[in-house]
Amino acid sequence: MGLTVSFWILAVIIIAAALAVVFLRNVFRAALTLILCFIGVAGIYITLSADFLAAVQILVYVGAISVLIILAIMMTRNFQKGNQPNKVQLPVAIIAAALLGFLIYAVTASSWRISNLAPVENTTAPLATKLFSENGYILPVEIGAVLLLAAIIGAIVITRENKD
Amino acid sequence: MRGEGNKERKDRKDKEAVEIGLTHYLVLSAVLFCIGLYGALTRRNAVIILMCIELMLNAVNISLVAFSSYIVPVMLSGQVFAIFVMVVAAAEVAVGIGIILAIYRQFTDIDVNNINLLKW
Repeated sequence: MGLTVSFWILAVIIIAAALAVVFLRNVFRAALTLILCFIGVAGIYITLSADFLAAVQILVYVGAISVLIILAIMMTRNFQKGNQPNKVQLPVAIIAAALLGFLIYAVTASSWRISNLAPVENTTAPLATKLFSENGYILPVEIGAVLLLAAIIGAIVITRENKD
Repeated sequence: MRGEGNKERKDRKDKEAVEIGLTHYLVLSAVLFCIGLYGALTRRNAVIILMCIELMLNAVNISLVAFSSYIVPVMLSGQVFAIFVMVVAAAEVAVGIGIILAIYRQFTDIDVNNINLLKW
């Protein structure tokens, strides 16, 4: 019962925040509603018993990525030059609606083999075992570290001032 | 509560679908993905396009964790995948913000309709 109510509340929050991100004219308010959407997604993870992932979602998405996005908004403020109509709105809306219809049909028409087991409660230790121990995902972890290093170096090089 | 047998699931189907199942999470993920897709293709501000890409990545993460929690709860492979998606998303936002700032320094404008030097 509590799970049902919290799922529906979080789902409404997420969808409303996502619609606000897409349709708000003010960029900064769109960023704030994006943060609300991320927090809602963290709540969805908690309803799915993914507690570690919910904490990481708050830390990484709300704490780091949203701050970066707000930094970019602050540094790229240009005055709104009026609302030029966008020609692609209707075809994209049709395509997105068609994709949504197809996805909903594919999801509801498939028979999923739902497991009888209850989900794992404290996921931190099992996740650590799956990532770092034998037959785990240690190679993707190392590759992820190299990826982050490359992204950091790339971002620094791109945004550096060229003092030639 | 999950963890019960098939009889409970059959009883639940006779009622009004009060129990939240896998399809609820997947439909939520699909709606979020399509909203992000519409925004990424329609908006002209480059930062908002980046935000809509993050919406799509979050939708996929919800779907992954829902699959992991409902179909193979003990293996946690969906959650591991979701962690790596978050890593890639963080790296992508860092580089994307760098690109946007570099473009802004050059043009003082981040309207993607106006950044068309490479267009034929």
